[in-house]
Amino acid sequence: MSVLTNPQLWASTLAMTVPLALPAIGGTFSERAGVVNIAMEGIMLMGAFFGVAFSYWTGSAWLGLVFGVLMGGLLAAVFAWAAIRLAADQVVLGMAVNIFASGLTAFLLNTLFGYEGTPPDTPPLPFVSLPWLGPVFSHQSVLLYVMFAIVALSHWFLFHTRIGLRIRAVGENPLAADTAGLNVWRLRYAGVIVGGMLSALGGVYLSIGILNSFDVGMTNGRGFIALAAMIFGKWTPVGSFLASLLFGFSTALGIALQGQGVSPDLLSMIPYVLTILALTGLVGRSTPPAADGIPYTPIR
Amino acid sequence: MSSFLEVVDVHKYFPGVKANDGVNLDVRAGEVHAVLGENGAGKSTLMKLISGLYQPDAGEIRLEGRPVRFGSPRNAIRAGIGMVHQHFMLIPALTVADNIVLGDEPGGIRYKRRTAAAQVRALSQKYRLEVDPLARVEQLSVGLQQRVEILKVLYRRARLLILDEPTAVLTPQEAEELFQVLRHLKAQGTPVLFISHKLDEVRAVADRITVMRAGRTVATVPAADASPQELANLMVGREVVLRVNKPPRTPGDVVLSVRNLSVTDAERRLRVRDVSFEVRAGEILGIAGVDGNGQTELADAIAGLLPASGGQVAFLSQDITRLPPGERTRRGIAYVPQDRQRDGLVLDFTLVENAMLRDVSHPPFSRRGILQHRPARAYTERLLEAFDVRPRDPDRHAGDLSGGNQQKMILAREVSRDPSLLIAVQPTRGLDVGAIEGIHRQLLRLREAGKAILLVSLELDEILSLSDRIAVMHHGQVVDIVPAETATREQIGLLMTGTRVGESEVAQPSNR
Repeated sequence: MSVLTNPQLWASTLAMTVPLALPAIGGTFSERAGVVNIAMEGIMLMGAFFGVAFSYWTGSAWLGLVFGVLMGGLLAAVFAWAAIRLAADQVVLGMAVNIFASGLTAFLLNTLFGYEGTPPDTPPLPFVSLPWLGPVFSHQSVLLYVMFAIVALSHWFLFHTRIGLRIRAVGENPLAADTAGLNVWRLRYAGVIVGGMLSALGGVYLSIGILNSFDVGMTNGRGFIALAAMIFGKWTPVGSFLASLLFGFSTALGIALQGQGVSPDLLSMIPYVLTILALTGLVGRSTPPAADGIPYTPIR
Repeated sequence: MSSFLEVVDVHKYFPGVKANDGVNLDVRAGEVHAVLGENGAGKSTLMKLISGLYQPDAGEIRLEGRPVRFGSPRNAIRAGIGMVHQHFMLIPALTVADNIVLGDEPGGIRYKRRTAAAQVRALSQKYRLEVDPLARVEQLSVGLQQRVEILKVLYRRARLLILDEPTAVLTPQEAEELFQVLRHLKAQGTPVLFISHKLDEVRAVADRITVMRAGRTVATVPAADASPQELANLMVGREVVLRVNKPPRTPGDVVLSVRNLSVTDAERRLRVRDVSFEVRAGEILGIAGVDGNGQTELADAIAGLLPASGGQVAFLSQDITRLPPGERTRRGIAYVPQDRQRDGLVLDFTLVENAMLRDVSHPPFSRRGILQHRPARAYTERLLEAFDVRPRDPDRHAGDLSGGNQQKMILAREVSRDPSLLIAVQPTRGLDVGAIEGIHRQLLRLREAGKAILLVSLELDEILSLSDRIAVMHHGQVVDIVPAETATREQIGLLMTGTRVGESEVAQPSNR
């Protein structure tokens, strides 16, 4: 039981939550607009790599963040164009984006930085210490607090703004939205690109938020756990965050229990088991947006 | 009264088709004007011209005397044209208010949800279209969903309401409520343009009726002066037999016998309670009732698509209660399902593929697991010929056919298997007068041939004119079974509400 009372466990739970919650909310934006997005893994890699690269080249971690997010948004825009304009199969496309990003970042790492990897003097994003909130908050990346803001803002945006209502409308019934005078394609682009930028921010967190380097495949499947968190969170920002918190906890617990006879592999299965349960309706059924994954061709 | 909307000699051509070939229409302020015509007469094209989806190739559309060219639906909406589509343009997961204000929401960046609900509430009171603004659309009945559609159009300040086949999805009660709403709108000065192929409802609700046939408007008549026979002839362009001629027949042996059958649906609700009846050879048993009183479930249970939770189904004196649907088919039960596009045909398959669907696993359509195209094709061509399915092209996809021809195709397939029992659930739903006539003739021909027929229909007139006996269902129970010769509309209507009439009244023959 001493494991559970150790503040280190809770601090690392929060640290593990950030790179899940950001892409999970990103995926939520995309799917609420009606585009199935399983490309979070690849888009995170883009964010992670270009975050480090621009941080090194410009000497500013903040500029690294901006460019990392922009490059993620760019890849998401290409994905969106193929998915929306060309009406390509979104699942196949998402997988292609993942493979492309994993190849591209590995290639660029080697070509631009050589076998040594990213330079050790790359500036990372600052850590923030709020000891008065308790030991859990004594040493956390600034992006943890950014994430809290994003959770709240995303919820407000999707459920309390006019454009949020419209994004949800095109994800549910694009034909109805079209006859009501909405621009379905533009709203879907917005959802996918904003979602891509949030996923990329999750990648930036991994490379210059808690480290200051990039490794090949460093996202390590987090984009897919984020997908699970999005589903388990019922396609809502707050739900995605809470599911990420649960999955972050199971990861942190796995690390804490290492050497105590419990296999961390067993704990890392939890997100997927929970997702299957959620989809089959055993723990509160998850229903995706009605038009999720269906390309829309306007009438006329 | 002055004209609100005038359509003057409008033509619209598509490659190979004269969709509108001389259309004249004049909707006056404060009237309900109906456009009546068969499927394919050009009604939908006309509506799309008026609502800005199409531009006319020739002719003119005038709004309050001024010529207009809309260019897009948005412009038409702005000019006050409000279109209620046949297939609802609603988002089930959102609330009523969200759906109504979508695209024109109150608020700046923030969506003022409460203001929206208040506006919707005020609107629904003004037009007496009661609906809870905060309910989710998916929780509403079809009739209420249609109200939401109408409110959506009124919210955008429509000055002309166009309804495309609005009663196709409604129960008779909901249709009557809709007519009340339309009369109220008229009283408030909003003209209504009402598109339909149903004679009765057009006469019930419209002030004037414009009849379309083959892309042209053939006549505009005051509804009060128009007889159904006259309208039907105008629509079809020839004498139509509205009453079917049914020679008397003595029923033969019992083909289907249902004893104390109970059925629960997929959500485990009891839909059919303790129902017993039999159908004999050469007899049509009509099942009447308001939609959703267990008729569909009863038909499904006899076809084997729903399990019986109690009781027994016997076919040709053998118990088939536990048999799978395929085995029932082999023994001679044919089934024309309610939703022809979902359950009756594979729309993406050709007519040949659809024709052999039931018997694909044995000769002549397949040998040792290999499909035999030539016999299947020849068979399909025979079906298309015998049942007058158009176009007569076996390679066309089922989805390309009109509703009437799809239904003929299903009937052709089912009947050609020489069944002993045909179960037909709403076989003429959504069809036009000409197609209905054809389907009715086929059903009577089967009766002549000594088949047993179970006919489920929501159209009381259809039940009354085709059936030999009528079983009326209410809340899953058969309230009564009466001979059709002596049955009246009023009597059946009363039974449909679950009220049983005294024996003496039932025995009283009356002329319908």
